[in-house]
Amino acid sequence: MAAILLDPLAAIGRATLGACRTVGDVALFALEAVSHLVRPPFYGRLFWHAFIEVAWFSLPVVALTAVFTGMVLALQSYTGFARFNAQSAIASVVVISLVRELGPVLAALMVAGRIGASFAAEIGTMRVTDQIDALTTLSTNPMKYLVAPRLLAATIALPLLVLVADVLGVMGGWLIGTLKLGFVSAAYLKSTFDFLQTGDVISGLVKAAVFGFIIALMGTWCGYRSKGGAQGVGGATTSAVVASSILILALDYVLTEIFFAQ
Amino acid sequence: MSTANTPKIRMRGVKKAFGPKRVLDGVDLDVAAGQGMVILGGSGSGKSVTIKCILGLIEPDEGVIEIDGVDVLKLPRRERESLGDRIGMLFQNGALFDSLPVWENVCFKLLAQNRITRAQARDKAVEVLAQVGLAETVGDLSPSELSGGMQKRVALARAIAAQPDIIFFDEPTTGLDPIMGAVIDGLIVDCVRRLGATAVSITHDMASARRIGETAAMIHKGRIVWTGPAGNLGHSGNAMVDQFANGEREGPIQMELRR
Repeated sequence: MAAILLDPLAAIGRATLGACRTVGDVALFALEAVSHLVRPPFYGRLFWHAFIEVAWFSLPVVALTAVFTGMVLALQSYTGFARFNAQSAIASVVVISLVRELGPVLAALMVAGRIGASFAAEIGTMRVTDQIDALTTLSTNPMKYLVAPRLLAATIALPLLVLVADVLGVMGGWLIGTLKLGFVSAAYLKSTFDFLQTGDVISGLVKAAVFGFIIALMGTWCGYRSKGGAQGVGGATTSAVVASSILILALDYVLTEIFFAQ
Repeated sequence: MSTANTPKIRMRGVKKAFGPKRVLDGVDLDVAAGQGMVILGGSGSGKSVTIKCILGLIEPDEGVIEIDGVDVLKLPRRERESLGDRIGMLFQNGALFDSLPVWENVCFKLLAQNRITRAQARDKAVEVLAQVGLAETVGDLSPSELSGGMQKRVALARAIAAQPDIIFFDEPTTGLDPIMGAVIDGLIVDCVRRLGATAVSITHDMASARRIGETAAMIHKGRIVWTGPAGNLGHSGNAMVDQFANGEREGPIQMELRR
């Protein structure tokens, strides 16, 4: 009888301890990686490669996501706002939604799928083929060589991507607004800029930087801790994308509370 | 303090467990300077963990590991990392970096420590590749474009490029045909002799062990159970060693077959 009652409690206890251990491990991993960003030697070439991978090669998917999101947002807002004769608010709704929320979150989710998976697979493969041990025997700290440049690159690249996504998203809304919904171009743009505040842009960019850090952190951590061959690398890749996506959405709420709580 | 009689590598009572599984159960081993030592043992006997402990890739639970009389486990982290400058390692599967061309793999350590420029590294790579019998053109290839034997040669070139004084070889002939295995063994012996280095190899391959080892040690269930001249393998007088070296089914070593 006691076992029936205690077994579920033991399982909950084990799961809780496991979760605490994982959080602690990720935190220590992040601290160590960040500490390498301020201690020489610095691997500028690796940072640049990672930056190009995150910023340049993610640009098409982020741009397409932003343009279509802006277009859909304008259309959906119109169908809703037209019922209340509030069509004039569409431009401001599009820009505020994009800059504050959808730009950073959607760009981050797209990058998480692309870059988080790529980092986890690359580092995971290096782990299971002894390449990370080889780095150590070649007097090279793997955290400094593999993790720190990727963390820095993603943290810098994502705000830039989000900036582009914001502009393209607004352009998507403007296209639909002027070509399909009959807005005057100048009026649409004036409405867009009248409602946009510097704080909106900055909050979006700060979110993007945090999301970039999280994507790179989860990608590199899952890859670094992977084991067990191809299956382990596959699992690490999936975990990286799932964990970073969930953390992006959770942190989006937390950051929104911090920036915009009344 | 290092003296003429101090072993290059000295291990005493080294223990390591992974969860409930004790892999090393008090390893005692001396490797003399300039000696070629081969560590033999069945799968899971603790050979790889032993050299990973010496390399600092795995932290032992207990014991002493000395290099030139210095207890490396007590060294501050930075000093311990700098020991890597004197050590070379050839991994079982080569562990070449896929993202780099062969020449950068070969000179990785020298480049990482800014000891040479990239232009000098290219020249150095050509020179070291020649020592392992590879043409200059191989330097520009990616590791994935190489055969297994060529990958081993490149890995050997990488292990010796920075002229270490201790070199570890993890199953250097695994996955190679007998002729290529003999070629790699010959290269290992030549390179180690040229550098005057101490070599520690782990292998299952008895022909390879006799070619590259001067002394041999047998590890079984996490303990060194025999050390002696590599030439005595197969007729050492130790039933365990002779069973292993001669590949006999019956004897003191009972392989556990898991279903």
